[in-house]
This record gives sequence, C-alpha cells and structure tokens, in this order.
Amino acid sequence: MSEPVKDTSGGSPFLDVRDLRIHFPTDDGLVRSVDGLSFTLERGRTLGIVGESGSGKSVTSLGILGLHHRRNARVSGEIWLDGKELVGADPDDVRRLRGRHMAMIFQDPLSSMHPFYTIGAQIIEAYRIHNAVSKKVARKHAIDMLGRVGIPTPDKRVDDYPHQFSGGMRQRAMIAMALSCDPELLIADEPTTALDVTVQAQILDLLRDLQREFDSAIIMITHDLGVVAELADDVLVMYGGRCVEYGAVDDMFHRPLHPYTWGLLGSMPRLDRARTERLMPVKGAPPSLINLPSGCAFHPRCAYADRTGGRSQTEVPELRVEPETTHRAACHLDVAERRRVWETEIGPKL
Amino acid sequence: MLSFIIRRFLGAMAMLVVSSIVTFGIFFVLPKLAGQTTDQLAATYAGKAPTQQAIDDIKVRLGLDEPIAVQYARFVEGVFVGKEFDNGPSEIWCPPPCLGYSFTTNEPVLPKLLDRAPVTLSLALGASVLWVVTGVGIGVLSALRRGSVFDRAAMVTALAGVSLPIYFTGLVSLAVFAYGLGLWPTGVRYVPFTENPVDWAYNLILPWVTLSFLYAALYARLTRAGMLETLGEDYIRTARAKGLPERTVITRHALRASLTPILTVFGLDLGLLLGGAVLTESTFGFAGLGALSIQSIFTGDLPMVMGVVLLATLFVVLLNFLVDVLYAVVDPRVRLS
Amino acid sequence: METDAVKAAEPAAPAASPAPGGGEGPLLEVTGLRKYFPVHAGLMRRQVATVKAVDGVSFSVDRGRTLGLVGESGCGKTTTGRMIMRLEDPTAGSIRFEGREIATLRQSRLRPLRRDIQMIFQDPYSSLNPRKTVGSIVGAPFHLQDIKTEHGVKRAVQELLELVGLNPEHYNRYPHEFSGGQRQRIGIARTLALKPKLIVADEPVSALDVSIQAQVVNLLEDLQNELGLTYVVIAHDLSVVRHISDRVAVMYLGRIVEIADQADLYTRPKHPYTKALLSAVPVPDPAARDGRERIRLTGDVPSPLNPPPGCPFHPRCWKAQDRCKVEEPALADEAGGTPGHAVACHFPEPAPEAAPVP
Repeated sequence: MSEPVKDTSGGSPFLDVRDLRIHFPTDDGLVRSVDGLSFTLERGRTLGIVGESGSGKSVTSLGILGLHHRRNARVSGEIWLDGKELVGADPDDVRRLRGRHMAMIFQDPLSSMHPFYTIGAQIIEAYRIHNAVSKKVARKHAIDMLGRVGIPTPDKRVDDYPHQFSGGMRQRAMIAMALSCDPELLIADEPTTALDVTVQAQILDLLRDLQREFDSAIIMITHDLGVVAELADDVLVMYGGRCVEYGAVDDMFHRPLHPYTWGLLGSMPRLDRARTERLMPVKGAPPSLINLPSGCAFHPRCAYADRTGGRSQTEVPELRVEPETTHRAACHLDVAERRRVWETEIGPKL
Repeated sequence: MLSFIIRRFLGAMAMLVVSSIVTFGIFFVLPKLAGQTTDQLAATYAGKAPTQQAIDDIKVRLGLDEPIAVQYARFVEGVFVGKEFDNGPSEIWCPPPCLGYSFTTNEPVLPKLLDRAPVTLSLALGASVLWVVTGVGIGVLSALRRGSVFDRAAMVTALAGVSLPIYFTGLVSLAVFAYGLGLWPTGVRYVPFTENPVDWAYNLILPWVTLSFLYAALYARLTRAGMLETLGEDYIRTARAKGLPERTVITRHALRASLTPILTVFGLDLGLLLGGAVLTESTFGFAGLGALSIQSIFTGDLPMVMGVVLLATLFVVLLNFLVDVLYAVVDPRVRLS
Repeated sequence: METDAVKAAEPAAPAASPAPGGGEGPLLEVTGLRKYFPVHAGLMRRQVATVKAVDGVSFSVDRGRTLGLVGESGCGKTTTGRMIMRLEDPTAGSIRFEGREIATLRQSRLRPLRRDIQMIFQDPYSSLNPRKTVGSIVGAPFHLQDIKTEHGVKRAVQELLELVGLNPEHYNRYPHEFSGGQRQRIGIARTLALKPKLIVADEPVSALDVSIQAQVVNLLEDLQNELGLTYVVIAHDLSVVRHISDRVAVMYLGRIVEIADQADLYTRPKHPYTKALLSAVPVPDPAARDGRERIRLTGDVPSPLNPPPGCPFHPRCWKAQDRCKVEEPALADEAGGTPGHAVACHFPEPAPEAAPVP
C-alpha cells in the first residue's frame, strides 16, 4: 500500500493544487468555500481529505474536475494535472479531460445514476465520449469493466437499470463507469457513507486493488477517520474552507498537531481500544461559511485558544511545516506546547 | 409490461363506466333526491309551459317512470345494441352506438357529435402542438439562462398568459391582428381540412395562438421548474463528471427526465381541453363541441349534454391510459418494479 | 412526531442503574415479535409473497439500561423499534412494558403509552415543523397530553432546553436557526417533555457531523444517568452502539443472531456474522492496516423477500456446512458459555483463550 512516491513527470508532481480558492457570491455575501488550498498527489498514492459539513471538501473535488459553473463560482489559483493547468484552461479542454484523465465517484450511487438508462448504457456513454469505438466494442468493454469490479454475470446485469441493483452493486457499477477510460486521477467523494459496513469494506478493498492495477492517484473525501486510516497515504484536514493540518497518515493519527484533529479523534468511539467512559467532542458546531469567525476559524471551538494571547481571534494562522518533517498544521499555539498536550492530555485518553 | 398495460386498460374502462353512471346520476337521480317528482323532472325536458300530454310523452320516451337501474341499463343497451325510439307517431331505429336523440332538434346525438368533433379536434390538436413546442422550448431556455433578461421576460409573459382569460386574449388578438392589421379582414371561420387545408390552417392560426397562450405559459413555467430541479440532480453532476458535452447533458440527461412529469400533465390537459375550447370557439364563432355543449345546456337538451360529457370522458380516460403506458415506456422504474 | 397520552400511574422511573432483575423485572420484554408485510403483484394484485421484516425477535431491557440493536439495512431493526412504539402493528408476538401486554392494545388505548415510550428520530431536519418556534415544538406534548405544569409551560420548556444544553433564551427561535446538532437536541428535549420511561432512538446520531455525534452521545448518557432513562438504541454504527449500550443484539434478516452484554459481544463474538461485522469496521489507526484479521463477506444481504432456508446467514458464511442449509439454529445460550450470551449458530466461534475481561 505505502509504496514510495513515484515521480512520473520529472520533478513536478502528478497533481499539484496551488492556492486554490473557490468563492460563491450570494445575496448574503461572499461564501469562501475553499480559501487558499494547496496540496500535491502522485500516481499510485491516496490523499484523504477529511472535514465536516461546510468544510469545503466536496467543493474542492468538484473544483478540480472543473464542475463549478463560471457564472456562479469564482475559481482562482492553479491546478496542475500531469503538467497541464486547469483553472485558466478553456472549459471545453477541461471537459475533455474529465472522465478520461480524471473521474469521480459519488456518495449516493442511486441518485448519481440516471434512472432511465441501463447501467450498461451509462458506462458505454462514458467510454464512447472519449474513445472512437463502435457501440459493440464499447458494450464489450462495459461488460468487462463490470466483471472487473466484481459484479457477477456482468453480461446479463449490463442491461439492468440502476434501481435493479443493490446499493453495493450500484457503487461497484459507478466505479466501473468512472474507471472505464482508465483515468489517472480518481476522486471518491464519501464513496462508502451510504453503504452498509460489510459492503463498505468490500468497496474499500476494491478501490485498493484497482489502484494497484491502474496505478491511479486517488483523492478520498470523507468524514470517517477510519476510512482514511485504512486507505490514505497522506491526509488533509479541512475546516471552514481552509486546510488546518496536512501530513502523512501515520503522523496524522499518531502525532496530530491541530486541536481540531484532536477533537475529531476524540469524538469517535473506537472499536480498537477499550471502551472509554466518555467521548471528548469538540464544543459547538461547524461554522457557517458566510459568517466565518475572525482569525483562526476554529478559535470559538478551540479549548486552547486562550493560550495564544488573543492572536487566534485576529490573525489567520499560517500552514507551517514542522522542521525535518512533511507535517504541516495551521495553529498559533507553539508546536512544542501542542506536542506536550497531545502526548500528555489527549493521546492517552483515546 | 403486458400485465401493466392490461391492468391500466381495465382501470380505464372501469373509469368510463363509473363516469357514465355519475353523469347519468347527475341528471336523473340528483333531481329526485332533491325532491322533484318524475313529472317535474320530465317537465324540465319538455320545453316552456308544457302540456300534461307533452310531459307524459317525455316520461315514456325517456323511460322516467321506470326504476333508475332499468333506465341506465336501457341507456347502456342503446350504446351497445341500439334501440327503438318512440318519436310521436313513428318509431325510429337508433343504431349502436346509440347515445339517444336530441330533445330539441330530434336529431340523433352521435352523428351530431361526430359532425362537430373535427372543429374542436382541429383546434385542440393544433393548439396542443403549438403550446408544447413553445412552452417547453421557452421553459428549457429560461432554466438554462436563469436570471437572464430572457428568463425574466419569459416568466413575466408566462405569468400574464396564466392569468389572462381566453376571451380577453381572444378578443384582443381579433381586434389587433384580424381587424386592426387586416390579416383576416372578414374575421375567421372554420374551413374543413378536407375542403382546403391551407384555408383550414390559416383560419385556425388565431384560435390556436389564443388557446395555446394559456397552456404555453403554464408549460413554460412547469418546464422551467422541472428543468431547474433536474439540473440539480446528482446524475446530472455525474453526466458532467463523465466529460459529456453540455448539449448532451441537457438533451439526453436533463430534458428526458424533466419531460416525464410534463407528459402526465399533457395527457390531462388534452382531455380537459374542452373547457378552453368552449371559450375559444364562442370567441371566434366556431361551431365545435364546446359551442354545442353550451347550447345544449341552455336548452336543457339532456341527451346532447350527456353525449358531449361522455365523449369528453372518453378522451380524458383514453389519453390518461396512453400517458400511463408512455410513462412506463420512458421510466423503467414504473415498468419493472 | 405527535405525542399524546393522559396521566400514567407512576411519576417517574426509579433512579439510575437499579440492579437488573431486582424484583421488578425488565421494563421492556419482547417475545417472538414478528412483522410480515404482504407483497402484491400481477393482474389481480394477489398476495404473491411475504416479506418477513422481523421474524421472531425476543429480548428484554432492564430499567436504566441501554440495549443496542445493530445490523445492516433491511435487517429489521427499525421495524422492531417502530413496533415497540406501536407505530407498526406486530403480526405476532408479545411486547410487555412494565409487565403489561402492549402488542395487542388498540390504537385508541395507546395514549398513556405514548407518554411512557418516546422516540428520537434520525433526521433532525425533517422531524421538526419549520413553521413552529422551538418553544411550541418542545411544549406541544404538554398541550397534547393536557399536562399541568407547576410554573407554566414556558418555564417547563426552558428547563428542558437547559437540560439538553440549549440556551433557554432561544425559546422563540425557529428550527432553521439551529445547526444539525442543536436540532437533534431540540428533538431530544421534546422527547423528554413528558418524562418518558423508555426512549427508542433510531439512528440518533448518524445524520450528524462527527464532532457533533460525540456531543449527542454524551448528552444521551448524561440524561440516562440523571433521569434514570431506559434506551433502545437502533444504529448501524458498531462503535457508537458499543459506546452507549449495556447489552447489544445483532440482527440479520429479521432475526437476532447474537445477543450479549456489550463487553462480551465485542471481545468474544460467537456468531460468524458478528465477527465479520466487527472486522469490517475501519479502524482509525493506520498501523493496524496490514496486521489485523479481516473477514470479508462476499455478496449482499439476501432479500428478505426470499430468505435462504436454514440459517439465514449460510450463503455468506465461511463456516457453513450442510446442516446450516436445512436447519435454522435457535438463539440460545451456549453450554458452558457466559450466561446471557446467546447465539443462533450451529458452529459458534470458540472463545479466544484467556480472553481479557474488561
């Protein structure tokens, strides 16, 4: 799983997102759904983007695919995919990349498939936009893909409609559709949230296997830290449209550096530890993007905000790399202090 | 699928039977429940100041002295095997499907209906094509350019179309286009299609536009709302994520899904069109089914009224049956679940 | 949700954590509960099949305790909860609440019951009327049940809001002014208005953000300790159920396949399905990624329309033998096993040697 980073394009990363901003002007004011996000991803690796509702994680994924309408959204920054910049590119060029070089699977496979067309027709359509082949060839490819994602008797099921599939089978079909053109980048937005736990495990296994086979880069967007720990190589935690922590998966789970990440870890009951008496939730609720708190957006919910000498209320903390690591966090609190809090106050209680 | 069609067809037939009973009941049972005697009931169908003889004649002719179930059975018998009518001195044979004889003109009902039907059908079919094409077209464009000048103008016009009554738009269009601009200097009249197709169409343009204005407005709003809802669906996002060109996303994915509810409404509207046709026909002086039904109601010509109502019911029921079947063809979830 | 009932006999449930089986017997006892839904098809809409949504479920819940019902979609856990609430009429079986049979009570006789048994719903958005203020939502049960409160309804409502951690000043606000977690608190406050003895919570946290889930879980626990509440918690999240429950029942295709005390079930699962479920839960520890034992079930849960003969789990079970295909195992304590740990399996997992007792 954790293969070394492959360098495919001579130094520059396969996917390089730089200072991405996606803003929506609304009647109530400017909504900064994504505000200065940067990350990189190589082929064969998985980035987990974690966040709660309104954190900007889904907006980011749609932004990479170029699915925000230019009339509604202001997108700025740079997205480099395999050496091509997407934000400033002609929308029709980006459209041609979609489905072929980057594809997406969604949370709810039932509502994400057209109810009037067969599973096969929808896969064939995806394949034939980007490949000049006959319907017959495309159909054979669709059956082949369905078989590869583990759908039994694919030659029969190819003519079924989405509502005739079970939830897990639908998500497999969705994955087959997304992978039909062998895209290098796969974005999975909460792909298992709507599924039962045994089916979720099957789908996660499938994604892992397919990644090995296709050598794709995967962005896994989820609220479930368990899923991230199972699949991701790197993790990016979003809060209020910004990245608050970004690092390798081991660092994130064993040495997290942001109080919000601590809160997320303390919020979830864990099956791999003895039962705790009480969960340690974050107080309050995720902020509204229209009315983001000043300074560090997390400060009203942060138990340590009073230790920053008032800076947390006035100053947006920068995302800083910790020396000799690749681990970054955006927090005003001194890093040594944070390490101490984690090691003595938080970690042992999980 | 076959079982679905058969079930729906049986349902449609049952609907037809029920509505004929209800129509029958409205004219014969309700007055009795309201306390009218058979004589009084017969008198309402015997013209002004009838003699007792005339009333008795009517009673016999309509069979009003028999139990209501027998009366209905005779009516149904007439429809399927025809029946003899006691018309004063002679007897007339009314062949099936016999809907009876007019009280006022003594003509058989069915041929009269069939004579008038082409006028209303010409009006209805032309207008429905017109309103579907313009309504859906405007609705789609409005949805795609939501908030644009076009959208706003279209929706204001649509609002006007929904709220303005047909006789108003009809008279205004007559005044402006027919007489004002002199396009139809002698007014419009109905020319049978078989006689001269060009004249047929030319004379129907104004009525078509008038009648379809209301519906087009309604359909534009419906289509726009349906389209906007569909464009927000997850599967539209999926279609875009696949890299489909926007045109394909709209036509193959969004339009197909948002037109299905329109189809349902269309079936209903076509059946219910008679109401609109009545006003349009009388505004333009066409002798169609609508005009006939108004005239029959005022003269108390019960067999004619029942004939029109049954014909209209037949339309509504059959069109709904067709729409149900079409719906199942379009939406596999209806067909296969 | 509308709640209605007149005065019940006892003022409130006894204080927290009474000894189970201490004289009074369980608060809720369900025996052989079944719910069959007829399926109609064909030209004449004849009944062609029966969906056995719940097929012989038995359990009991002691006062002040929490029973967790877990299972995947279609296992019948929600239908079971709805039958306890009598939102659904049982096809067969008995539901005894405080020793009284309620499974066969006519709808008109349910009013007092509505007061004692309350429900918390999954969706904090659709279960609150958007046009009513929080005050009137939470106060509605008082009016519906015609309850006299000591200092007026407003005071009572404000106390409830405070109890669930909301600002009592927000009495006049509307649901849309609250976040998802706060809305779930409003729902809980409404539930508590009539001092129920039993609360059936159907997926109480699954629609909430992670950081909010924990707040609501803690709140449910606090309320249980303070008010001596008894819970039946229905959820698909095994970690949440473990955290909150004293006893846990695992359901599969309308049946309970295993029921045990929480610690027992999670450390020594005996049913292969329970074991598979537990091993499927992703663990938030990347170090455990490669080392841990994985059991991967193949396929989906079979349709309850056409359940397999014998043990319902046998087509997906790696231990299935011929016997499992013909003979349905009964839910029973294993000879020599922990008392109260019942499993419906012909070949239950052996207890791990020297299992740690937490």
